[in-house]
Amino acid sequence: MKIVVCVKQVPDSAAKMTVENGQVSWGEAPLVINPWDEYAVEAALVQKEAHGGDVIAVSLGGESAKEALKHALAMGCSEAVLISDPALAGADSQAVAKALAAAIRKIGDVDLVTFGRQAIDGDMGVTAAQTARILGWPALTLVSRISQLDSSSRTIQVERSVEDGRQVVQGKLPAVISVVKDFGEPRYPSFMGIRKASRANIPTWGLGDLGLAAPVSVVSWPKVENPPAREIKTEIIAGSSAQEIAEQLADKLLAEKVL
Amino acid sequence: MSNKILVFIDQKNGKANQASWEALGAGLMLAGKLGGGVTALALGSGSQQVAAEALHYGADEALYCDDATLADYRAEPYASLVSSLARGAEAVLFPTTTAGREVAAMAAVDLDTGVMPDVTALEVEGGQIVATRPVYAGKLIAKTVCSAKPVMITTRIRAFAKPTADASRSGSPRAVAPAVSEADITTRVTGYTGSAGGVSLNDAAVIVSGGRGVSNNPKLSPPAGLDEKQAEIWRAQQGFRLVGDLASVLGGAVGASRAAVDAGYIPYEHQVGQTGKVVSPDLYIAAGISGAIQHQAGMRTSKVIVAINKDPEAPIFKMARFGVVGDLYEILPALTEALRKRLGK
Ligand SMILES: Cc1cc2nc3c(=O)[nH]c(=O)nc-3n(C[C@H](O)[C@H](O)[C@H](O)COP(=O)(O)OP(=O)(O)OC[C@H]3O[C@@H](n4cnc5c(N)ncnc54)[C@H](O)[C@@H]3O)c2cc1C
Ligand SMILES: Nc1ncnc2c1ncn2[C@@H]1O[C@H](COP(=O)(O)O)[C@@H](O)[C@H]1O
Repeated sequence: MKIVVCVKQVPDSAAKMTVENGQVSWGEAPLVINPWDEYAVEAALVQKEAHGGDVIAVSLGGESAKEALKHALAMGCSEAVLISDPALAGADSQAVAKALAAAIRKIGDVDLVTFGRQAIDGDMGVTAAQTARILGWPALTLVSRISQLDSSSRTIQVERSVEDGRQVVQGKLPAVISVVKDFGEPRYPSFMGIRKASRANIPTWGLGDLGLAAPVSVVSWPKVENPPAREIKTEIIAGSSAQEIAEQLADKLLAEKVL
Repeated sequence: MSNKILVFIDQKNGKANQASWEALGAGLMLAGKLGGGVTALALGSGSQQVAAEALHYGADEALYCDDATLADYRAEPYASLVSSLARGAEAVLFPTTTAGREVAAMAAVDLDTGVMPDVTALEVEGGQIVATRPVYAGKLIAKTVCSAKPVMITTRIRAFAKPTADASRSGSPRAVAPAVSEADITTRVTGYTGSAGGVSLNDAAVIVSGGRGVSNNPKLSPPAGLDEKQAEIWRAQQGFRLVGDLASVLGGAVGASRAAVDAGYIPYEHQVGQTGKVVSPDLYIAAGISGAIQHQAGMRTSKVIVAINKDPEAPIFKMARFGVVGDLYEILPALTEALRKRLGK
């Protein structure tokens, strides 16, 4: 089995995000592996353990994204590749998907690619489906369970968490999946893993290495703003008993006309 | 298709996901500004009926395809048909459902255009569509544009008004042929298990959520024989029963913090927040939730927020319209009773 996992580096979920002079800032908060992508790494490692083979972590980003790759290595991935090119600055989701697809082709003989459900910076949730479409492989998104993976008959069967239940879907390999939290908690990096990752040599591939012309990004976000400040005047409801408080609160809620 | 706007109606067995009508409403608004009409498209079993409904909601034209290859939702054949019909349009709108997001993403690849998922507002400036997208879980807002056509847009659930249906607006939906045949499709749906049901978080007008605090009632004595963890979960279930009672009187859904989910009090599908669901109800009641930034990210745009917490310093109070400093085990049942009386339930 050759499995690729795509991981992105993002500001920590606890970061206080601000925009000043059009510049997005996450203050002192660290950059971390996208939390959803840890589930994608876990799914890839579980399959590797069941079927043998290698898991290669791929990230597109700046030099710092190597830290996210190191996290994936420390969790147990065998190799990592950084895709980095000045021409990819401001890339939209489809440009990212084109570059990821090219890297997957370059790696070659890949059976399965795992993605997180969405990156918590742009909150797009489209890259897995777009990469699959570019590769012409099945896109099995929002996977909570891989119930069967058979490299001889080249099939995969998964359960997808959809709005109103679980859909069981079979696809052909190679396939692309995105993984949701129901899959199971991702493992922590092991001590040995961290040591190995710290010494790992992570190659960087530019667009030239991928044989790609700079992909055109058609989507842009010329203006990023702080959300409109909410004028919230908190009213603390007090009283001598729970009943008294509840009666007051109930009246106020009815007056707000939200019921 | 001669109309400028195509709207994907997400439907299953003749029942439209209600957020589809919100997307149609957004499409009608855009068509009003750009000129031209709106075509609605419904796919799969029961789609003819849903297409007819789209006409009531104001679509100028309604298309459907009830071919066997589209009977169960599958991304590939759905995306292929959408992209074949969308050529020449200015925009294609989808509700931000699982199918909507994925079909939009793939159709954008087919047509080498852009996708703007989960938008909360749309404007037209100088002939160009400008979408408002919350990013970083709503901590920031991005004004987003696309230089290619047609742009694929998914509308956030509850962000756009649903048009009023008028049964006198009618016509006949037109059948279209699928774009690909079974042999070209690489996936097959082999089963389906429905979830318990109840009001779903995504489109609930009222949400009552519980956090780690729901297990904190030392007065309750759990049945004999439970170990410490089991006793904690048992306590939490008593707490979530109070949360559920209030939700049911209000016709709302039950939410939870990640701490409650991680502790095993309630399944993940109830989690609100950055790594759970992002919701925007009219009323959000948080009981026993401290209000960590990742939780806020999932509910900050709720119209009215009520916080019930023992700790007056809990950050949730800073975003609440109404706060009660107290024990949820006392406040929730009293509030349920008070509202039951007033709502005549
Ligand atoms: C990557 C990442 C992603 C995350 N994503 C999410 C997410 O999507 N959603 C989310 O919610 N969190 C998320 N978190 C977790 C978040 O940081 C908090 O840990 C979590 O929200 C805390 O949940 P809580 O408020 O229920 O628990 P606590 O912070 O422990 O708060 C419990 C509260 O209950 C009160 N309380 C206790 N007993 C009672 C009582 N009897 N009556 C009334 N009040 C009582 C206490 O005063 C306290 O304020 C994420 C964290 C990380 C690192
Ligand atoms: N720059 C990137 N490098 C590697 N993987 C990415 C990148 N951007 C997105 N992904 C993958 O695509 C998933 C969905 O991202 P998005 O569509 O941006 O929300 C993420 O969880 C990652 O698995």
